[in-house]
Amino acid sequence: MKKSSKVTRFNVWGYIFLIPFFVVFFIFQMIPLVKTIYYSFFERYEDGLIVVGPRFVGLENYATLFSNGDLPKYFANTMIMWVLGFVPQIIVSLLLAAWFSNPSLRLKGQRFFKTVIYLPNLIMASAFAMLFFAMFSDSGPINAMLMQMGILSTPYKYFTHTLSTRLIVALMNFLMWFGNTTILLLSGMLGISTDLFEAAEIDGATGTQIFFKITMPLLKPIFVYVLITSLIGGLQMFDVPQILTNGEGFPDRTSMTLIMYLNKHLFSKNYGMAGALSVILLIITGILSFAVFRMTAKDEVD
Amino acid sequence: MSERKQKTGGIKVRRAICYIVLILISAFCLFWFYILFINATRSNDELGRGFTLVPSTHLVENFNNVFHSSIPVVRGMINSLIVATLTAVLSVYFSTMTAYAIHAYRFKGRKAIFTFILAIMMIPSQVTALGFINLMRDMHLTNSFIPLIIPSIAAPVTFFFMKQYMDSNLPGSLLEAARMDGAGEFMTFNRICLPLMGPAISVQLIFTFVSSWNNYFMPALILDDANKRTLPIQIAMFRSADWLKFDMGQVYAMIAFAIFPVIIVYLILSKNIVGGVTAGGVKE
Repeated sequence: MKKSSKVTRFNVWGYIFLIPFFVVFFIFQMIPLVKTIYYSFFERYEDGLIVVGPRFVGLENYATLFSNGDLPKYFANTMIMWVLGFVPQIIVSLLLAAWFSNPSLRLKGQRFFKTVIYLPNLIMASAFAMLFFAMFSDSGPINAMLMQMGILSTPYKYFTHTLSTRLIVALMNFLMWFGNTTILLLSGMLGISTDLFEAAEIDGATGTQIFFKITMPLLKPIFVYVLITSLIGGLQMFDVPQILTNGEGFPDRTSMTLIMYLNKHLFSKNYGMAGALSVILLIITGILSFAVFRMTAKDEVD
Repeated sequence: MSERKQKTGGIKVRRAICYIVLILISAFCLFWFYILFINATRSNDELGRGFTLVPSTHLVENFNNVFHSSIPVVRGMINSLIVATLTAVLSVYFSTMTAYAIHAYRFKGRKAIFTFILAIMMIPSQVTALGFINLMRDMHLTNSFIPLIIPSIAAPVTFFFMKQYMDSNLPGSLLEAARMDGAGEFMTFNRICLPLMGPAISVQLIFTFVSSWNNYFMPALILDDANKRTLPIQIAMFRSADWLKFDMGQVYAMIAFAIFPVIIVYLILSKNIVGGVTAGGVKE
């Protein structure tokens, strides 16, 4: 009896140590979240120095978002640029991870290669985007290089074409994330028992067969994790296209992402639209997160 | 015998292909930074003359121009350093404390709280930005670093990493022993738990520092006093300024100023960083 009360007394400290997290969470995340949802039902924007509203309008902001075509357009832009970057990213990452983990290849210098491919992930995205803007500008080094090599005769205006602008964004996302994906997939591959590979080799399976019949099925959980977290990250795409296009999403707003659109409303202080857009983003992310959550939270607490 | 020879020969060819591809990919990663370095050493005239892989002699001059331009970049870098350092320290200390609460104690609602923290892990800060900015305005905290630093105390991702690390590296028996010796709970956390968390703490300090250092979205909405702006906001201002009026050597030097310190620190700490990507992440 005495012992159990002593244990209980210690365990009160569990609550005490949780106080900082929950106080900060409540003030800086919970209240803002409630306020955001609240504003999504109001008309409130600024026209010059005049503040219009706040006036309760129900779901009107949501209706406007869908009916004026902006939301579907920016959602499509975001997804297209994400896919253009993600497809090469997952292919290259799978290939590199398979090589790094292949015991019969015994590749040397792995630490060097991993260090190099992870490097772009840590670079300030805004500075990296500024660099790419300078590199691909009309008189920039890429045009100069292609002209000196005789591939182009006049500078190519990359940022006046939809495809080339989107491809540059995708290229940057690819560069920034394929190293990270490689390392995640590699850890998954190294977790697969080597017995399986040895047994397959004894049975005469080729490298390709081993990859598709053993590695891939066992890698599925990590693969899905990478896919969904990348998709959530993709929906938040902002820094790169924002800096690259100076917030305009040129040409003709075809590289404008959802968060760039949100940022625009936040700067112009259109609370109603910003709120509705935030809630929609929250719902989409919530559904995707739930899938990740189901995978990672399993049996974490005994 | 001959079959075996053929097989090792095949491996050699495959290995050679792997190395060639790896070197090409590495070169592709480094190409941009190499050109950045080269161009930061060239004058505006030289840059106008075309592309080269050979460095020139104007590096110091370009950097001098950056330091004396209308944007106070040194101030920006100091601001970024203050915000990122304090964010990293507070976030890691309190996330470890939160993880310790869940790891070391058995109390009512523990499981529910753990599940809750995991559930909010993926909520992006952008979706609460509207309410957040409003709240900060009401609290008179715009143009302050507080809204950029304090919220990181509640960092579910860092918490999760720490919890994972504790599961395999912080046995309950050790904490039990400290308790027997009469150490207080807070003391046990600071003196026993924190030192044992060393490797995890250093990895998370680096990651939190880097993500705060690179953060552009939130600081741009909170800070607009010229002396409070962080480096990413200044980069954005540089981008939106009248592009053609700029000395291009200076533009590249400015980008280099933002990028190269991170690269140098990364190369020193790369062992921790690359190893740390997966250490607390997904479990197979």
